[in-house]
Amino acid sequence: MAPHTEQLTRPAVQLRGLTRSFEGRTVLDGIDLDLPAGQFTALLGHSGSGKSTLLRAIAGLDHKVAGSGRLTAPEKVSVVFQDSRLLPWRRVLDNVLLGLNGADAERKGRAALAEVGLEGRERAWPSELSGGEAQRAALARSLVREPELLLADEPFGALDALTRIRMHALLRELWTRHQPSVLLVTHDVDEAIVLADRVLVLDSGRVGLDLAIERDARARGEYRGRLLAALGVTEGVG
Amino acid sequence: MTTTTPAVLPVRAQEEDQPVRRRRRGLSPGRALPASRLIGPALLLALWAAASAAGQLDPGAIPAPWTVLRTAGRLWSAGTLPTDILTSLERAAYGFTIGLAAGVVLALAAGLSRVGEALIDGTVNLNRAIPTLGLIPLFILWLGIGEAFKIAIIAIVVYVPIYLNTHSALSGIDSRFVELAEVQGLSRLRFVRQIVIPGALPGFFVGLRLGVTGSWLGLVVLEQINATSGLGYMMFQAQNYGQSDVILVGLLVYGIFGLVSDSAVRLIERRVLSWRRTLSS
Repeated sequence: MAPHTEQLTRPAVQLRGLTRSFEGRTVLDGIDLDLPAGQFTALLGHSGSGKSTLLRAIAGLDHKVAGSGRLTAPEKVSVVFQDSRLLPWRRVLDNVLLGLNGADAERKGRAALAEVGLEGRERAWPSELSGGEAQRAALARSLVREPELLLADEPFGALDALTRIRMHALLRELWTRHQPSVLLVTHDVDEAIVLADRVLVLDSGRVGLDLAIERDARARGEYRGRLLAALGVTEGVG
Repeated sequence: MTTTTPAVLPVRAQEEDQPVRRRRRGLSPGRALPASRLIGPALLLALWAAASAAGQLDPGAIPAPWTVLRTAGRLWSAGTLPTDILTSLERAAYGFTIGLAAGVVLALAAGLSRVGEALIDGTVNLNRAIPTLGLIPLFILWLGIGEAFKIAIIAIVVYVPIYLNTHSALSGIDSRFVELAEVQGLSRLRFVRQIVIPGALPGFFVGLRLGVTGSWLGLVVLEQINATSGLGYMMFQAQNYGQSDVILVGLLVYGIFGLVSDSAVRLIERRVLSWRRTLSS
């Protein structure tokens, strides 16, 4: 927490009364939210709670959605999707460089691939990568653009449990090094606690719970209980 | 002893074979045979030659392969065959080039803009519903009986499959890739170059192969209806004089052209779409 404290003054994302609705059904119901620069925030919620809608609104991907409210977000935003979304007809390095300009681009792309542990796979086709490798390439693609804000929409949802643990460590490490603001959408309570400094629970289009997470293993059980309660989940008594 | 020996032997054989890998029925067609596309035609040719040599075929209806080759040599040295081939090739090439360009441009225009789609897609499908060869009388009235109408008909035969397949591939491009392009901040030009065109290429190649075949088909018909030169004309004349060997020479040349052009398209397709790993690789 310490290295980021001085940055927390200027909010990277500011939402005021953000409302979005699909065919008359209100999905986001007047959300007020500040995401401080450099903070790692996780957004929890049931499926259909509007967490993806919120992420897409911040990413500017909701052209056809009716809504109102004010939204400020940084210029440089990267998105990691649940699927790696690599273009099958471009080699891994060319996928990382998608949309990147400048003479320096290739060197940056190679460096980003090395950072996620894909050194030597620059010339591979996406179809030759495993699920975890593809998602690491997608991470490299988002990092190479040096984003101020990294939006991740259940990025590890399709990975197996062991790969997911390694990806958690990698994401946390990359965040520590590059210090973008991160908004991670997930439905996995444990993932949220392990990765984030702050966990939001979205409930009926509003932020139901806003929980600060201390990097201290002793409090995990308590966080888990409170988050599950906010999600309306009661664990069976054994 | 005699009863135990056969029971022991297979067990030993199994033990020696076993640890390499477990047997599992392979469902992919397996490795391609060398020059596999030539095996079928070669077999057919061998049958034809054998039947002719055995005197099983009426030489007036189906002359022997060597008679056809001799006739081809005679026509070639007389200078009529090279002229006819060149004329036909020229028609096919012009018509094909125009059809290819029209198909691609129209597909891009219809696939990339709603206005383009509204104007083009219905019109092309209307055009497709009309048998192209049925347009021949009208085109002769409009363009005269010269080269222009032949090239126009071939161009139509070619552009329709190229348009249809390219357009359907364009509209089938995954919307997730469109979203990705927005996130990565691609300009419209880069979006078209890096996502739309590569994504539509598989469909384009299907159309291209149909178009290449179509151009030869159109040619045969056109040159037999209204022509004073070309391979089709040569065959039509031969029919009048009962020269079945000349007809077969014409068919042979058409066949070779069709096979060569189709192979060329396949080769280019394999190169360009090397990122695809399918059953055939």
